[in-house]
Amino acid sequence: MSTVDHPLVTATGLAKRFGDFEAVRGIDVEVNRGEAFGFLGPNGAGKSSTMRMVAAVSPRTGGDLRVFGLDPDVDGPRIRARLGVCPQQDTLDNELTVRQNLQVYGRYFGLSRARVRERATELLEFAQLTDRADDQVEPLSGGMKRRLTIARSLVNEPDLLLLDEPTTGLDPQARHLLWDRLFRLKQSGVTLIITTHYMDEAEQLCDRLVVMDQGRIAAEGSPAELIGRYSTREVLELRFVPGGQEAVLPDVVDLAERVEVLPDRLLLYTEDGEGALAAAHNRGVRPISSLVRRSSLEDVFLRLTGRSLVD
Amino acid sequence: MTGPTTTIRSTGTVVGSWRATWLVIEGLWTWYRRSWRATVVSSVLQPVLMLLALGFGFGSQVQPGDATGGLRYVAYLAPALLVSGAIQNAGGESTYPVLSAFKWQKTYWGVVATPISPGQLLSGQLLWIALRLLGSGAVYLAIAALFGAVTGPGVLLSLLFAVLAGMAFCAPVVAFSASRDDDGQGFAGLFRFVVMPMTLFAGTFFPISQLPAWVRPLAWLTPVWHGNELARGAAFGTLRPLATLGHVGYLVALLVAGALLACRLFRRRLAV
Repeated sequence: MSTVDHPLVTATGLAKRFGDFEAVRGIDVEVNRGEAFGFLGPNGAGKSSTMRMVAAVSPRTGGDLRVFGLDPDVDGPRIRARLGVCPQQDTLDNELTVRQNLQVYGRYFGLSRARVRERATELLEFAQLTDRADDQVEPLSGGMKRRLTIARSLVNEPDLLLLDEPTTGLDPQARHLLWDRLFRLKQSGVTLIITTHYMDEAEQLCDRLVVMDQGRIAAEGSPAELIGRYSTREVLELRFVPGGQEAVLPDVVDLAERVEVLPDRLLLYTEDGEGALAAAHNRGVRPISSLVRRSSLEDVFLRLTGRSLVD
Repeated sequence: MTGPTTTIRSTGTVVGSWRATWLVIEGLWTWYRRSWRATVVSSVLQPVLMLLALGFGFGSQVQPGDATGGLRYVAYLAPALLVSGAIQNAGGESTYPVLSAFKWQKTYWGVVATPISPGQLLSGQLLWIALRLLGSGAVYLAIAALFGAVTGPGVLLSLLFAVLAGMAFCAPVVAFSASRDDDGQGFAGLFRFVVMPMTLFAGTFFPISQLPAWVRPLAWLTPVWHGNELARGAAFGTLRPLATLGHVGYLVALLVAGALLACRLFRRRLAV
């Protein structure tokens, strides 16, 4: 019954240069049908440039790229016909109504008027915007506009949905609502590619991800695999008045496999957080507060891309 | 060589070029249906007010003579206002709305993420502006006719010439807008130093033979002057074949050069 399907996206040595600036420096990526695939990385890591190449709107400057088995340089329109794109910044027509935005967009994919009307109604429901259907877009909240952008990207029932930082700038409520919608899409079998610099988002949504840094892929795997590979089971966080953490560093450095020094705290990577905490206390280390937690993708990220998030 | 394609489930298809252009126009029409009221004052009312104030009011003090082709001043002025109206509207439609679609609302980026290409988007935008010029001009003509300022059915041909002149100005301005990344400061200069002098001095209100000889070549460069010559010629039945060919040729050249440049700039900006 199941047919062997080729990967939806195959990139080999994919590169993008803008003048002297190398945004993407030769990456290898494969995304399979039904997957939720993430590009994780600090701002400027090359995530968005990669997304625009996959979206068949930005010609590559090196390497090879196939989307649905097609070359974006040759078959851009055919690829775009089957894609859904949710860009980093909304490109909605603020002077049209919510419904008109969906209908006009659907027409660009060659859908009939009857079909876009029908589809708009379904998508309004999906994005929980039915109440606002005939309101102008301009005064909507950021979360509503994001939901509309995602709804709009689904108008052609895409085989692959590209989401470039889908929840950046939204409040926690709006983010959770959006994640819920993306979960449903994933459940219904839509393949997702997501870029984000939010670790929780990546952990929530991605089956598999790559960490990008300075245009290269620093690591690849499922969130659990990456945590297993690049971090310890537990993390002990010791918080100090800023500056105080440097002073105690020599006392604790041998208590953990690895120590990260952040501006206001030390992160001790260890298999046994409580044990390390007790040992630190015995040596007279007195932090303002302490916390033992499990490792997260954030720790992987700090390890792989240097501790500072470039923002 | 294209590799093996994957199973298609999406309902999206690639439409042909003409249809793509048409769909862009359809999108802009959807906007216009909601917002046309706000555009009426500038696109239709302004030339009508000019006709009333300058054609009838000021014109009542002007003796018909050689300069007016022996016509009442208002009849002399009416076809030319068709041209300057088209130029004004072309300026309005190809500046802020285009910059906004690139920069503020970013709607162009939304369009080119679909199967529609930057070139098709540009054709749709240009054709849409042409339709706007045609519509506004037609309404102006109807009003001018009601006031008895129209000399005969030749003005229908004047209308087409006015649209051509408008588009000869529009295409290079769209290219200019596609190259801008400011907040519209460049447009103020365009309106002050190009549109305004062109409207006043390129033969709309008086023949350019009244200008100092050294200024006349500047007027010859403007689409307004060529448009005026054509629109008046069509309205008064005084078109001469060779001159007509020259004027039309110049306007078409401006239009084509502007459109080609705009196409390059659209591609450069939207597909990087």
